[in-house]
This record gives sequence, C-alpha cells and structure tokens, in this order.
Amino acid sequence: MNHDTNHNVQSEVHVTHDGHHVEHNGNGHGNGHDHHHKESFITKYVFSQDHKMIARQFLITGMMWAVVGGLFSVLFRLQLGYPEETFPILETFFGDYAKGGQIQPEFYYALVTMHGTVLVFFVLTGGLSGTFANLLIPLQLGARDMASPFLNMLSYWFFFLASVIMFSSLFVQTGPASGGWTSYAPLSALGQASEGSKIGMDLWIVSMAMFVVSSLLGGLNYITTILNMRTKGMSMTRMPLTMWAIFFTAILGVLSFPVLLSGFILLLFDRNLGTSFYLSDIVVNGEILPNEGGSAILYQHLFWFLGHPEVYIIILPAMGLVSEVMSVNARKPIFGYMAMVGSLFAITILAFLVWAHHMFVTGLNPFLGAVFVLLTLLIAIPSAIKVFNWITTLWRGNLRFTPGMLFAIGFVSMFISGGLTGIFLGNSTIDIHLHDTKFVVAHFHIVMGVSAFFGMFAGVYHWFPKMYGRFLNNTLGYIHFWVTLIGAYLIFWPMHYEGLAGVPRRYLDLRLWTSFNQFTDLNKMITVVSIIVFAVQLMFLFNFFYSIFKGRKVRSTNPWGSNTLEWSTPINPGHGNWPGDIPEVHRWAYDYSKDGRDHIPQTEPVNPAETKH
Amino acid sequence: MLLGFVIVFQIAKASEYVAILRGEEKTRNESNRINAFLLLAFLILGLIGVWYCNERLKGKILGEAASDHGERIDSMLYITIAVTGVVFLITQILLFWFSYKYQAREERKAYFFPHDNRLEIIWTVIPAIVLTVLVGFGLYYWFQITGEAPRNAMVVEVTGKQFNWEFRYPGKDGVLGKKYFKKVDEANNNPLGQIWEDPANHDDIYTTLEMHAVVNKPLKLVINAKDVIHDVGLAHFRMKMDAVPGIPTTMWFTPKFTTRQMREKYGPDFNYEISCDQMCGKGHFSMRGVIVVESQAEYNVWLASKKPKYLEAMAAQGSITPAAVPAKDSIGGVSATGTSMRN
Repeated sequence: MNHDTNHNVQSEVHVTHDGHHVEHNGNGHGNGHDHHHKESFITKYVFSQDHKMIARQFLITGMMWAVVGGLFSVLFRLQLGYPEETFPILETFFGDYAKGGQIQPEFYYALVTMHGTVLVFFVLTGGLSGTFANLLIPLQLGARDMASPFLNMLSYWFFFLASVIMFSSLFVQTGPASGGWTSYAPLSALGQASEGSKIGMDLWIVSMAMFVVSSLLGGLNYITTILNMRTKGMSMTRMPLTMWAIFFTAILGVLSFPVLLSGFILLLFDRNLGTSFYLSDIVVNGEILPNEGGSAILYQHLFWFLGHPEVYIIILPAMGLVSEVMSVNARKPIFGYMAMVGSLFAITILAFLVWAHHMFVTGLNPFLGAVFVLLTLLIAIPSAIKVFNWITTLWRGNLRFTPGMLFAIGFVSMFISGGLTGIFLGNSTIDIHLHDTKFVVAHFHIVMGVSAFFGMFAGVYHWFPKMYGRFLNNTLGYIHFWVTLIGAYLIFWPMHYEGLAGVPRRYLDLRLWTSFNQFTDLNKMITVVSIIVFAVQLMFLFNFFYSIFKGRKVRSTNPWGSNTLEWSTPINPGHGNWPGDIPEVHRWAYDYSKDGRDHIPQTEPVNPAETKH
Repeated sequence: MLLGFVIVFQIAKASEYVAILRGEEKTRNESNRINAFLLLAFLILGLIGVWYCNERLKGKILGEAASDHGERIDSMLYITIAVTGVVFLITQILLFWFSYKYQAREERKAYFFPHDNRLEIIWTVIPAIVLTVLVGFGLYYWFQITGEAPRNAMVVEVTGKQFNWEFRYPGKDGVLGKKYFKKVDEANNNPLGQIWEDPANHDDIYTTLEMHAVVNKPLKLVINAKDVIHDVGLAHFRMKMDAVPGIPTTMWFTPKFTTRQMREKYGPDFNYEISCDQMCGKGHFSMRGVIVVESQAEYNVWLASKKPKYLEAMAAQGSITPAAVPAKDSIGGVSATGTSMRN
C-alpha cells in the first residue's frame, strides 16, 4: 500500500518537473511528452538542456581529450623506448621542448602530468560518468529528463570551461603543470622548484576547480534524479545495475570532490598569498623561504581523500555498464543482483577509508599504516564477489559476442589482472619495495585505465544505437577490441617486472643507472605496441564519427532484445523521451530466458503463473 | 599506415554489405563463432605468453634481497604471488572458457539462474579468509620492518635536494648536531644548516653523492629534504622512505653483503644505488646516489679520511668575512651526472 502512495507522489514530481521544464524553454509546449520543440541550433546542439544531447557533448569532449591524452603518452613512450634516438620532427612541432629532436625533461614531465590529469579527470570521470549518467538515468528510470536540466547544462559548460583552461595551460611560456597528476606540494607550490609550477600550475588548479564544480553539479543532479524521478513501479531494487553504479559514483564524487577542492584552494593560497599550509623548512634553489609550520603531508591527505575514491568514481560506472551489457548479451539475468548492489555499496563505503594506502612510505605512523592495510585489502572481497558473479553470469548463458559484449568480457579479464596486483600494493610490506615503481604504473593502468576504457567502450558500442539511431561498424569494432585487448596486456603485463626490479616511475632515461638499465628491448616493444594501440583508437574514433552519419540504421526499437526502459522509446527519442505516457514498470530488469521466454521487458505486468525468484 | 587503414575500412564496410546480402542472422552466427574461438585462443596463447614473459624477464628483476628486511619483503611478495597466481589462473580460465563454451547456438537456451545464496556465501567467505591470512603475514612483517631500530645501529642522516643527495655522519660522539634550515649557507661551508654553537656538530662528517655503511650492522637513516619531497629508494635492500621538507622520517635495515661481494655476484658494474622515487622536478630521473657497503675496518679508514664540515667552515671564516648572501649558482640545476648524460 505504502508503495502505491509513493509512486503517486513520484508521478506528481514528474508533472511539476515538466512544468518547470516548460518555463525554461519558454516555447509553450503543453506537456512534457510533446517533443516538437521549435529549437534553434543553439538550444538544440550547444546550450542544450536535453540530457541525451548533454551526454553526447560529454562523450565527444571526452573523446577529444582522450586523443590529446593518448597522444601525450605516445610522445613520452617514444622517449622511454628510444632514449638515445633523436626525432627531428618533434623539434619541428615542439621547438625547444624537444631540442635536437629529444624530449627535454621538463617537457617529458609536463606530458606525463597532462596525460594523467586529462585521462583520469577529463576522460574517465567527465567523459565516462558525464556520458552515461546523463544518457541512461532518465532513459532507464523512466523520466523525461534530469531533475534539473539547467544545472545539467551548467555541469557540461563548467566541464567545457575547465577544458578550455586546461588546454590553454598547454600554451603558456613556462609550460603546463609538470609535477605529476597528483601535484604534490611543495613541488607544485614553488615556482622556483620547477618551470611547470609557475603559471601552468595556477591554470591547472583553476581548471580543476571548475572541473570539481562541474562534477558536483552533475553528481547532485544524478542523485536527486535517481532518488526522486523513477517512474511508477521502478523501486530502487528494480533499477538496472547501471543506475546503482552511477548512484554510488555520484555519492562518492559529491562527498570527496569538495575535499580535493579545499586542498587545491590551500595550495593556491600557498602559491600566491604567502600562507604556509604545506610549506616548512624549505631552501629552494639557494633561496631560504620564510615559511614554517606547514605540512607537506597534509596535501597528500587532502588529495588522496578524493584521489582514492576517484579511482572508484572511474571504475564503478564501468562496472555498471559491463553488468548490463553482459546480462543482455548472455541472455541471462546478472547473477546475484543484490550481491552486486551490496558489493557496490561496500566498495563505496570502503573507498573513503583507504586513502592513506598511497602514503605508506611518507613516514606515516606504522600503526595507522596497519589500519589502512586492513581496510584496503577488505576491498578485495566485494571486488571478488563481483568478478565471480560476472563469471557466473556467463555460465550456461547463450552468449552473443557483440563488440560491446567482448569489451565487457575484456573488462572482467583486465579487472581481475589489475585487481590482483592491488593485493600486492595494498599490503604495506610489499608496498615498501614497489611504491612509486613501474609496478604501480602497470597496476593502475590495467585496473582503472584499461578496465574503465573497456567499460566505456562496452557502453558506447551498446548504446550507440540509442544515441544516434545507427550501429557502429562491427568489423571495425572487433578489430578495435582484439588489438586493444592484446595490446593492453603486451604493454602493461611485462611492465610489472620492471617494477619488481625497482625501476621508479617517471624516469625518462634509465641509462644512468646500473640497476635499472636492463629493460631496453622491453621498453622499445612497449613503445611500438602503444603506438599501434593508439592508432586503433583513432580507427575507433573514425568508426564513431563515420557511423553517426553513415552507419547502418537501427530498424527496430529494441535491437539487442533488452528489458530496460531506454529501448521502449522511439528509435530517435525527442526531448521528453517517450511520445506518450511514461511507461510503468512491473519487474526488475533482468528477466532473460525466464519461463522459456527470451526476454520480458520491465514494462510487462507480472503473470501470476511466472516463476518467482 | 593510412593506406592500411583505408584498406581495413573498405573491408569492414564491405563485410557490412555482405551481411545484408547473406542475411544478418547468418553473418552474426559466423562472427560469433569466430570471436568465441578467438577468446579461447586468447586464453591459451595468453597463458603461454605469461609463462614466456616470466622466462624472459625473471632474470632481470633484482637478485637476492641485500638486507634482512628485504628478505621479509621478498617472502611476503612470494606468498602473494602464489595466492594471487592461483586466483588469476582460476578466474581467467573460467572467464574465457565459459565465454567459449556458452557461445550462442540456435538450440541452446540460457539457464535462468538469478542467484544462489550458498554460492555467494562461499565466494565471500573464501576471499575473506585468504585476505585475512595475507593481512596477517603482511602486518607481522610490517611491524618488524617499521619497529624501533636496534640500539647498536649506526645512524646516517640523508638529505635530498634538487637533484642529489647529501649525507651526514655523527662522528665520534655518535650524535648528529642540531640544525636549522635558515642557517643553510652553501657559500660558507654549511650546506645543511648546522648550528655551529652546538658542540655535537663539531665532529659531524658531511659527504655528497656517496654514502658508506657497514655490512651486517644495522643502519638507521634519518631522512630530510631541503626543497620538495624526495624519496630514498634502495631497490637492492627493498627499502624506501620519503624525504619530506620539515618532517624528518627514518628507516632502518641491516645490509647483508658488501658492495664487493655483490660485484663478485652481479658483475663489476654493480652499485647499491639510491634512486629518488618521488617526483621532484626536471632532474628527478637523474637523482642518483650510491651506498658503499664495506667492512667495519674499511669504513673506519674511510671515515678517518674525512674532515668535519665544522673545521672547513671555521678555517674559511678565519680568512674571509662571512658572506650573507647564499650563492645561487652552486645549488640549482640538474646534478652534474644528469646533464652530462642528456647532452
């Protein structure tokens, strides 16, 4: 009974929302489901308040950044693979940054820093969450749009502003920030210590602040929409796992990004206003600084309080997308739905309690270190549950290997490989040796870089028909998948061995060292493979943009035979998503192959004769 | 490359037309079979690749740990490799084998299997037990490694700065004299900011680039940084600790082999290298130091050959009036080794 009243309240919310919506657009369409707006180019494609358009904006902006970030990695890989070679073409393009055709140390560090910043924040946070939260929340929950389409639009435009500022920092005379994506103080606080810590660093901080604003606007909107705007019958436990994943992601972001912002503001103060939050006892470049009493470690606490949840902000949406894509293409319910939700929840809670595992060798109190070891390794339990549940989802399925499905399987493989090396690093004893080595680079690239990309690709291939009414080319999709999967393992698997040998991260030339110079051939191989993998991503981009205009057309509303609501909309849904009433939901999203039926959409009422589960 | 791409694209496009001609159903079944086969092939070739990679590279990771703590870290590492290796094999094999085995077939119906509490409890409890064991071992070693240094440990102070290492030995009295960063004065023989009024400073020995230690004697490092965060990375000893400006840190271990013994084992080029493991600026990759591990007798001879900084400073002050301005050129820039390699 209570349930019913709830739903009625929710329907009222829809109405109010639609009312607001009309006010915003001011073009007097009578109700929410009438989508014959008279939209100008500006309101439709630029300052759009339609969640689907905003999703596309996030996706395409993210892709642009992915090209930039990927290109940077190819450049610094050239240096790592071929430290003795010269590439005159680099000097043509980058001038003194690549004097004599060799990447200079400052340039190298700027490339590394920007590669990390761009991919972690702009691609895998903005691009991934921004795209799929915006696209899927209203469509899968049965809402006409986000709770606040206007804030949603602002969220994109703050992201855009952050992008513009970050991009412009690439062109200042002293170069962009170059202290690593973590920008540890005091290096990031002192212009005297590094060229990249001059104006480039201020721009980096301001850009990141704008990015935080964008994330918060987006996140609050996602949470509000998920809690309040589910259609009638869509109880929380009937939501597809994508929704749960995005919900927890948004909570993580809303609670942890402000801490990062505070850390950045203190850094800005230390840089420009003479405060000493992070500075004490410093003699830099022969100059004795007056600052006393600050703590360089404080910055790390503030940074990692977001920095660690950030990796879950990246991976949770990917997990959600993979769960959905895998279930649909296995023609089987996701195994252990409640365990999947529970493990997402456990990961979310633990994500806040493990940040200091990045700081085992900072002089942290060993007892505190021990607490963080325990909490960190606890995360392996929900992660293991998820992996076993995915594998069991495949068991006795009837698997269709669409490119999206392949990427979902690849995701699980990558997540296993990268997750297991996390058990090495989360154990402080081993971390003493492996901390800040190539082992860490290999670990996090596999577990959150490649995995998250795989989740994102699974999502793009799967929902492209919903976004553009056309399919991506399958053959190119298969090539994309296989080259990326094999390439990613070739790049990152052997890199663990470099880490075991103690090779530090962020070393651009190992020839100085007798302990680390034994990997010349390996580094060449990695460089060659990363160029190939990068080229294949460009091919994917081509497939993407080509297919928007020329791809095979979608001819049925539900091409994958999926249960979720987004496939009950027209092939090219307008603003408002459903031309008629919003559909009502009667069941969970995973009734595949039940009672001899291939799939039973969420909108279908439960037949009393059906099997219970 | 562009040409290759055009060709690939034409084939991809053509296959789409072929699909329409032959019927999408048929093409889908075919590509499903191909991909299922590839997944199985990937599993098998991948596992062979893992083995091959290990064969190629296992000789290139560091040899035996050269410190007592290093041994503990290595045993923890091997325990973890064994445990995670088993999990890796099981999960990857199941993942790809199921993918291959349950590829779509006309006659097959997927099995509706939404949950099974028994299974879920099993794979919650087993990882929990395994992790408890790993945490238990890990913390047991961790507290041994991070515990108090033995009383007989020799103490050396290490200071990181852009982009090299400075070392200070306490001298005969066994005590490092007090210092204050505002006393740093490179031009007047006081690179560490020692307070000359403190008599404990009068016999402290200062060196740079190369540090000396005694084999089989616990070595405690007191670690500082002058400008930004650095990190004393000692790969052969498996030890590492950040150098943080304003917050001294410590670590200790006992070197097991002299440099000479290691050279006999690993060749004449061997050195115990100190690598900076925390991003510290443009010369980070070249911030190299060396630890010479030797016998007590050799160490004593070496130490006796060094004159305390205090004496140099006083001698210099006797002839010249103290200069107030620190000389900038002597401190900045990439270390000599770094620049020579780059150019």
